[in-house]
Amino acid sequence: MMHSLLVEGIGVQNWTYILVGLTFALYIGIAIWSRASSTKEFYVAGGGVSPLANGMATAADWMSAASFISMAGIISFAGYDGAVYLMGWTGGYVLLALLLAPYLRKFGKFTVPDFIGDRYYSKTARIVAVFCALLVSFTYVAGQMRGVGIVFSRFLEVDINTGVVIGMLIVLFYAVLGGMKGITYTQVAQYCVLIFAFMVPAIFISIQMTGNPIPQLGFGGELTDGSGIYLLDKLDGLSTELGFAEYTEGSKSLIDVFAITLALMVGTAGLPHVIVRFFTVKRVKDARKSAGIALLLIVLLYSTAPAVAVFARTNMIETVSNQRYANVPEWFKKWETTGLITFTDKNNDGLIQYVADKNINELVIDRDIMVLANPEIAKLPNWVIALVAAGGLAAALSTAAGLLLVISASVSHDLIKKIINPKISEKGELVAARLSAVGAVCVAGYFGINPPGFVAAVVALAFGLAAASFFPAIILGIFYKRMNKEGAIAGMVVGITAMLLYMIKFKLGWFDEVLPDKGEWWFGISPEGFGSIAMCLNFIVSVVIMKFTPAPPEDVQEIVENIRIPSGEGAATH
Amino acid sequence: MIKKESAKAYWKENIRYVLILLLIWFAVSYGAGILFKDALNNFKIAGFKLGFWFAQQGSMYVFVILIFVYVRLMNKLDKKYGYDA
Repeated sequence: MMHSLLVEGIGVQNWTYILVGLTFALYIGIAIWSRASSTKEFYVAGGGVSPLANGMATAADWMSAASFISMAGIISFAGYDGAVYLMGWTGGYVLLALLLAPYLRKFGKFTVPDFIGDRYYSKTARIVAVFCALLVSFTYVAGQMRGVGIVFSRFLEVDINTGVVIGMLIVLFYAVLGGMKGITYTQVAQYCVLIFAFMVPAIFISIQMTGNPIPQLGFGGELTDGSGIYLLDKLDGLSTELGFAEYTEGSKSLIDVFAITLALMVGTAGLPHVIVRFFTVKRVKDARKSAGIALLLIVLLYSTAPAVAVFARTNMIETVSNQRYANVPEWFKKWETTGLITFTDKNNDGLIQYVADKNINELVIDRDIMVLANPEIAKLPNWVIALVAAGGLAAALSTAAGLLLVISASVSHDLIKKIINPKISEKGELVAARLSAVGAVCVAGYFGINPPGFVAAVVALAFGLAAASFFPAIILGIFYKRMNKEGAIAGMVVGITAMLLYMIKFKLGWFDEVLPDKGEWWFGISPEGFGSIAMCLNFIVSVVIMKFTPAPPEDVQEIVENIRIPSGEGAATH
Repeated sequence: MIKKESAKAYWKENIRYVLILLLIWFAVSYGAGILFKDALNNFKIAGFKLGFWFAQQGSMYVFVILIFVYVRLMNKLDKKYGYDA
């Protein structure tokens, strides 16, 4: 009794300070314990990370603020269409485990441009790869810093910019000090924090609504109100009643769903900050296994997200639709002040009309709220609400750190060591790596504070860019011995150019006075899905150019034969 | 020479595993979850329409299983060819 009084007495705000403070202290402690003392430790954590630790780190690295905060919200508004993210962001790991990770581990270098540069025996190929890696990573990291800022500002009631700066300092501290080694072990801790923070509210709400403690089963179950109606049937009914598409049907075209899913899958497998994680394990078999563990841990969250989406959507509609505005619950007012919920009483009847028809609809809800406000909507205890803040921060910070490392390695290793000054000493390279990490954090922080209008739009397209550039070059490099530098370079250049142009035309609208209409999309494929077309272009161009140019030298063909065999793998070397 | 032969045989078996597993990968996600979703939605397990379930749950579970099956198959194959040292 005494205990529960005490627990109730601490407000959301204080709980947030406590939980965020504790987790941050943990991350910093780990960073100090796992400082990097060599470039090998800085780039690939010494190459001795266990498959389990690497799997957890990969999962945290992978699941960003977008996965944690936005994904369930997007699904709850998109219904069936949300499956593109669920399948797209998990299916890529099958490609990674079967087609990339084991061979890149056997190859045993530090970065993705390392592989491209050596396999295609060309500085040009390496430079093109560095350019692609930087482009992909920067577009991605800017969104992460913004996510950190939003979580801070909402839960700790500081200015978004202050939030970004705090986040920068933390990441700076452990990325610069610990390099890949520090990042890996903080990510292990961050995975635990974020998965706990995501699962606890989901389990609570699942029990509330369906009586089933497993959310994955709960959202296919019957409601606890004794009506005997399935939750999903009820939501389908509510959705059509309000004029939306049936929840389980969705509204995107089949070809676009197909294209987006493919672009996201292939993009996932081509993201440098994901690939580089598999350079950190000891053996080839560990690379395969840790891809499996990573996906298992990711799917734990990803299979819960669609359940959360259904719970939140149903709860939300039932709480607000056709209710008196004067009687709305406290969370509604609170989120209204942040501008993430807006209500305009168009017909002055004092009731909230939430419908699909834009002319009648009076309520606009930001999709990010679905996860952030979900515990409040379901009236869960304060500590659970605070937990969500700590989880969101863990997700954003871990991804930002992973990306910063790719950026710093691209600059210090691929540009400085391999191209500009090959004579640089081990110590000098380590200093360069740390300095470029500092530089990268500052640039990312700048974009977090002054987000150019297009950053948010472009983050989702980082996948398209990765799909259009790296994926084909790596796959052909492993599975097609005859593939030469001419083909690979031409393929990457054409792929990424096509993707950029399509994005600029149809996402940013810079070529026309106004953003072109959906009707003008090629084959009805959205910019998000175009990565799959650009990837095919890359493959075709590579193979055609290769046919007309000389085969790669003997020693390169030997490298290819060598990476196909798991044994005799050396440790990562320069 | 023998070493080269066995490397070739190993690679061939590996490719066969990969192709079979990717076929399943494609079938559950692009097949059951997208192309044949509408037909599968006529069937229901508890409250889930089957196509919807594959798209938002089933395919992800199969992905995890596929990777662990591959891990097992390859560990065996490595042993068979003596590459597990």
